[in-house]
Amino acid sequence: MDLTQLKQSTSAAQKKYHIRCCTVGGCLSANSAAVKEQLKTAIAASNLTDQVQVSGVGCMGLCSQGPLVRVETENATEVLYRQVQPEQSAAIVSSLTQSPHPEPVDLKTQPTDSPFFTRQHRIVLENSGRIDPEKIEEYIAASGYEALHHCLREMSSAEVVDEITRSGLRGRGGAGYPTGLKWATVAKMPPGQKYVVCNADEGDPGAYMDRSVLESDPHRVLEGLEIAAYAVGANQGYIYVRGEYPLAINHLQTAIRQAKRHGLLGSQIFDSPFDFRVDLRIGAGAFVCGEETALMASIEGKRGIPRPRPPYPAESGLWGRPTLINNVETYANIAPIIRKGADWFASIGTEQSKGTKVFSLTGKVKNAGLIEVPMGISLKEIVEGMGQGAPDGAQVKAVQTGGPSGGCIPADAFDTSVDYESLKALGSIMGSGGMIVMDEHTHMVDVAQFFMQFCMDESCGKCIPCRAGTVQLYQLLTKFKEHRATPADLEQLEMLCDVVQHTSLCGLGQSAPNPVLSTLRYFRDEYLVAMVEKT
Amino acid sequence: MTPNNTVVQAPPANDKRLRLLEATMKRHQYRPDALIEVLHRAQELFGYLDIKLLLHIAQRLKLPPSQVYGVATFYHFFSLAPKGVHSCVVCMGTACYVKQAAQLLSFLEKETGIQVGETTSDGQLSLMTARCLGACGIAPTVVFDDQLEGHQTVESVGERLNTCLGVEA
Repeated sequence: MDLTQLKQSTSAAQKKYHIRCCTVGGCLSANSAAVKEQLKTAIAASNLTDQVQVSGVGCMGLCSQGPLVRVETENATEVLYRQVQPEQSAAIVSSLTQSPHPEPVDLKTQPTDSPFFTRQHRIVLENSGRIDPEKIEEYIAASGYEALHHCLREMSSAEVVDEITRSGLRGRGGAGYPTGLKWATVAKMPPGQKYVVCNADEGDPGAYMDRSVLESDPHRVLEGLEIAAYAVGANQGYIYVRGEYPLAINHLQTAIRQAKRHGLLGSQIFDSPFDFRVDLRIGAGAFVCGEETALMASIEGKRGIPRPRPPYPAESGLWGRPTLINNVETYANIAPIIRKGADWFASIGTEQSKGTKVFSLTGKVKNAGLIEVPMGISLKEIVEGMGQGAPDGAQVKAVQTGGPSGGCIPADAFDTSVDYESLKALGSIMGSGGMIVMDEHTHMVDVAQFFMQFCMDESCGKCIPCRAGTVQLYQLLTKFKEHRATPADLEQLEMLCDVVQHTSLCGLGQSAPNPVLSTLRYFRDEYLVAMVEKT
Repeated sequence: MTPNNTVVQAPPANDKRLRLLEATMKRHQYRPDALIEVLHRAQELFGYLDIKLLLHIAQRLKLPPSQVYGVATFYHFFSLAPKGVHSCVVCMGTACYVKQAAQLLSFLEKETGIQVGETTSDGQLSLMTARCLGACGIAPTVVFDDQLEGHQTVESVGERLNTCLGVEA
């Protein structure tokens, strides 16, 4: 198949006006599908079909203000409408025919020059909200599959691994392991059956980056996965998606079908000797399956129970074969790195943390949504600049990163730069990208108890420190919440955190005490208040 | 589980749903590693996973019944008991939690008279919670009959609950 030809045919179809309506995630729940239909009806009614194109696109970021509609006119000026109702569609369409285009009075517009948009650096999300995720032609028109073509035709597998290593990309699933190093380990294993796996089991509550990427730009993940397979010498891939994300599954299935039809999956891709097949595996609701060894057990159709490492999946993974496992966002970074070069990628971010990171900024924050920022940006800029602080004039108290494995960072540490090392030093982690803002009305003991309940429910039960320890920690935290705690309880809480952290088998147990430890570190007074009141 | 020598009574062989399930297993070439996919399909077709149905799947995939039962009970998604006609799922993800999802839940529990994980005695409604539905931008969220609603309040869930149940009443 000729990429260039297809690219030209799609760009020729451009019309004078382009109306993009977000039809995924939060906007879809806010009835954006009806908005899109009404827009089409209104255009047909005004005889503008040959001038105006309407497409359903992926996430535009400001999910709290959905449904979002972006109107692009001939001279590339854009208007972003928020909270659009289906009946307002006619007003949007009629504003196009008048010159200069007046802004319809009863519609809410969103200035796109606010920090929420201008502070972003979109690499992973470059196509989100721009292309129709269900059309492979639009992905190809946006330089899609060029990187794969380049790798297969002009680079050796070793060169691809080297390029990724030089880019300094680190795993976006949370731990931040250097991606190039992981790829090199799998590539070095003796030839034979190898597998690549995409971990799309986004379990952290309050985080939806992967869901959004899969719904908005699924081909980007497929392309990254294929490049990885070529680099490490695998011919079979698995994408493990949460069962809670039906639309993401749907868009992935469509993407795989289209890629097969265009010869971008299957045998002899781009007339090279490279063959690649990919299968979807649907998760069935177990948080522990985000842990790589548990995930592999689940792909094999078993209970998702982790096993000790080593051996690491790179040596002995799926069915005992060398297996490469990366997160959705990691794969989504691959194609741009190949296209624009490792040096370009390495020039973004900080010394230790290169590139950008997607965060879901949620909780008590005015502009809740999905953002992609360069590494090294301060938390203050994210929460106060982009997010505009807490609604209703409340004071922001802390921000929680890293889900149940992370911690709470207090407002007075908001000058910290967002990178793997700095967040770790504060007792939290980068995590997969959940960033939940908490205000003065949020009690930190409640938050710690909330996360502990989560870990307690989600513990797979294999190792005792996690299975029994989380229950004990939960009960201790409940005592604090109900103002029944004694100083001895506080001592036991701290001791038990230490035990669970150091003796659990997998990441779930090892990191389960983090929310308690970080709240104890920064909000100890709240624990103390919880004790003294009754005594 | 049934003792080994007992003849298992699978659902009647002329059940159309069984044929559809068989097609799914065939597509996966009866491979044991497709167990989770098969269970997904079975629950989609039958609404829940009956013990007899699990035994049937175990036989078809040549897996020990204990393993099928173990997998079916390990994952939250699978249900071994029938669910209500309508469903209401309150998201308890962190973003929803800090936006008072717990209040919505206790309101719904009070209104329906059942606890989370239970079904009303008339079999009309099941009340459940979810870990995180990935719609954190519009927290707090509640799903009524697979329809996700964002920015929920006690008033809006009350209204929605009534329309949800009112249709059948």
